[in-house]
Amino acid sequence: MNNVYYGKLIFELSKPGRIGYSLPSSDINGYCLGDLPESVIRKSQPDLPEADELTVARHYTNMSNNNFGVDTGFYPLGSCTMKYNPKVNEEMAALPGFNIHPSTPDAMAQGALELYDEVQKILSEIAGLSRFTLNPYAGAHGELTGLMVIRTYHMQRGDVARTKIIVPDSAHGTNPASAAVCGLQIVQVKSTADGTVDVEDLKPLLGPDIAGMMMTNPNTLGIFERKIPEIAQLIHECGGLMYYDGANLNPMLGVCRPGDMGFDVMHINLHKTFSTPHGGGGPGSGPVGVRAGLENCLPNPQVIRNEDGTYAITSGDNSLGRVSSWLGNYAIIIRAYAYLLSLGRENIAMAGKLSVLNANYIKECLRSHYNLPIDGLCKHEFVFDGLKEEYAGDHHSPNHITTLDVAKRLLDYGFHAPTIYFPLLFHEAMMIEPTETESKDTLDEFITVMKQIAEEAKTDPELLKTAPHSTPIRRLDDVKAVKEPRFVY
Amino acid sequence: MFKYFPHTTDDIQQMLGVIGVKSLDDLYAEIPEELKLHRQLDIPLQKSEIEVRNMIQGLAEKNCRLTCFAGSGVYDHYTPSLVPYLASRSEFSTSYTPYQAEISQGTLLYIFEYQTMMARLTGMDLSNASMYDGSTATAEAMMMCVSAAKKRNRVLISGTFNENILQVVRTYAKFHGVDLVEVPHKDGVMDQQVAKELIESDDVAGLIVVQPNRYGFIEDFTGLADFCHEHNTLLAINTVASALGVLKSPGEWGADIACGDAQSLGVPMGYGGPYIGYLCTRNTLVRKMPGRLVGATTDADGKRAFVLTMQAREQHIRREKATSNICTAQGFMCLYIACYLSLMGPTGLKQVNQQSYNAAHYMHDELIKSGKFAEVFPNKPFLNEFTLRYTGNDDIRSRMAEAGILFGVPTQDMDKCITIACTEKNTREQIESVINQL
Repeated sequence: MNNVYYGKLIFELSKPGRIGYSLPSSDINGYCLGDLPESVIRKSQPDLPEADELTVARHYTNMSNNNFGVDTGFYPLGSCTMKYNPKVNEEMAALPGFNIHPSTPDAMAQGALELYDEVQKILSEIAGLSRFTLNPYAGAHGELTGLMVIRTYHMQRGDVARTKIIVPDSAHGTNPASAAVCGLQIVQVKSTADGTVDVEDLKPLLGPDIAGMMMTNPNTLGIFERKIPEIAQLIHECGGLMYYDGANLNPMLGVCRPGDMGFDVMHINLHKTFSTPHGGGGPGSGPVGVRAGLENCLPNPQVIRNEDGTYAITSGDNSLGRVSSWLGNYAIIIRAYAYLLSLGRENIAMAGKLSVLNANYIKECLRSHYNLPIDGLCKHEFVFDGLKEEYAGDHHSPNHITTLDVAKRLLDYGFHAPTIYFPLLFHEAMMIEPTETESKDTLDEFITVMKQIAEEAKTDPELLKTAPHSTPIRRLDDVKAVKEPRFVY
Repeated sequence: MFKYFPHTTDDIQQMLGVIGVKSLDDLYAEIPEELKLHRQLDIPLQKSEIEVRNMIQGLAEKNCRLTCFAGSGVYDHYTPSLVPYLASRSEFSTSYTPYQAEISQGTLLYIFEYQTMMARLTGMDLSNASMYDGSTATAEAMMMCVSAAKKRNRVLISGTFNENILQVVRTYAKFHGVDLVEVPHKDGVMDQQVAKELIESDDVAGLIVVQPNRYGFIEDFTGLADFCHEHNTLLAINTVASALGVLKSPGEWGADIACGDAQSLGVPMGYGGPYIGYLCTRNTLVRKMPGRLVGATTDADGKRAFVLTMQAREQHIRREKATSNICTAQGFMCLYIACYLSLMGPTGLKQVNQQSYNAAHYMHDELIKSGKFAEVFPNKPFLNEFTLRYTGNDDIRSRMAEAGILFGVPTQDMDKCITIACTEKNTREQIESVINQL
């Protein structure tokens, strides 16, 4: 990453009279936009930039040099599974044969539909479930769709009183937010000291108003919820369904399947587990899978394989409805397919195991310097609760080194920071997820730097308080951004 | 050994030693054995890069790339070469949500540019950092109306929306508990009289209309915003983004929310996605806005820089009280839009609209001249999409598809009608070839 700040906006490079496009001279004449009624025409031209092609090329290239991606360096952002994004996937997604209009007749889109169905089938096997829709656009969209499946199931059985959903206090913020959009009331269940769901706290919450429970396993602390069979049984006995938030699926690949743990509905983040690029915040993809018996509830449109081996798009009457204009973020699905084929049955379980190996290795190497609130094996990620007091100083002191300070200092060393201040169970949470595509060499460098930062905290706290120092810009004034809001140039 | 795994056997042994376990399987020791799979997953065998390429290329070739005269929310506009070229830079694509602003100025800058461009196109004060697509952006607009109105739960939506968008909004309404009422069309445009009568009962949180509508017609919303505002009803207008280059903007109509799909701004059709939904509003409604927002601020040295802001609206802070559950949206597509609009500028966008208009009107006139098509709603203005009734008895769309032409889409609620769209990519020759095969 370039440390010289570029910082210009295209509006500042614009000059009236420049153009960056060429269009054929129209061979159809005799028509004029001015013939439209005046009342529906724009009064003045939109104030868009005017730029030549090189100006635009250089502008966005310079801008990219101030950005940090997985290809730039280590990106241990917890819960986001920032693994390597293979390049053959990109080429496959860009094949001209897939650039067709979504209303292309089914008979002329057989390849696209076959690919959709293949991915659907592979995900079902990985999840231990019956069927997937690939229509949801992102993880939170998958959660919402999955909760709609659960509500549809209850409503179709006339069980209309089930309006509450149980969510652990360690859950991703999207869980309660998705439930609220879906019209469900949230009931929070506590975690025990070992970071897992408190079954005794859960029991009194159960009743005929419970639609289900949302969980991720391993949970956001990276801890496997060992009591999952008992929890699933309790929820099922009270008439609810189990929802699996697939954000943390990576370590479970080929080892332990959500369907076998007792989950009924789940989503998968293709942009986490299946290597599609995160794109600075999307487009992702959040396929939703269901247990046998719930397939009819999945959203429309649906892709089916006919008996003669052809594929078709259909709509079901018992479906929850439609959640996307077409068949989801299709080009993301192509990328995930390329990745699944590349891994294959021989390698898929190794992806999960190596992600767990990497996480435990960092944890063991750094627990001497950082507070590890929950001991024992973690899965793909784990949480530190800030620097140990001997390095950070007394936490009542204003000079106390916080997780934010450590995160900012990491940027100086060319690493992305972990997810910080999440989960909310700890004040100084620092959630580290290395993924399986990082080498021991990279992890060792990271570990060395994390220890060095701990020493710096002791010897030169000011250095951390004012970090970062070698990035294109320094720490930002977040308060000003809220108090004097400016969302447009 | 596998190309995406860097671990050597030695590495693994050393690391296991540090952790204090004997094997990789021991890392899963706490998981009850009965929950484990104990077999390989039954998925395809691993493929080399050559095999992956051959298999997926084979699937791509099974699709037919038809000459496109279809629209219904997805338009085959031209994407300048520079756009996908710049978008392939992995500094952009392999990053995530710009939580660490100091090393994410690239992402933050292009989103800020995108927000600015969309606000200017729609004539609104601000835009968020994207929604999934036009249908979910419309559903979010509906939820914004209800949230802003506090005690009103009824939202009106024009029945002239494309059916797939209506279905998505209906789904969100059903689960979110919104009383969604569809306003019927009259002569191919929303019956404003019906909408006004409903609004007069002073219990309507918002009215959502569409431009151009499912038939391709341009609707006239003169006076509609004032009427809505007299009754404390918000007005949301969904517009095909490219058309904003020439059509009256939602801001000019007096709307409170502008939403829609920005696919038409140079995003490839890609069999349905990824596209990008846009959502813009007035300053007064910013706290009701779903999704990410990028704002300008300064760094410790006083340099102008950009940052995610107003996060108190969002799920990771507010959880169930958030304005929406949206988290990952279509951030990367903002780069597509920003590059496209930077190249096209106001004149390019206007020219794209003029050429699309020319092609569509020529096609329309030639189809009528052929005697095989009839007007359904005569004299309605349209931009680059229109609806006609086919007077023949055969399946003309299948016949055209066999000839390599995607001849519009069947009009959703009208027998034997076809809605046809053109773009600047459609030549006179292509249109004449359609006419010759009627």
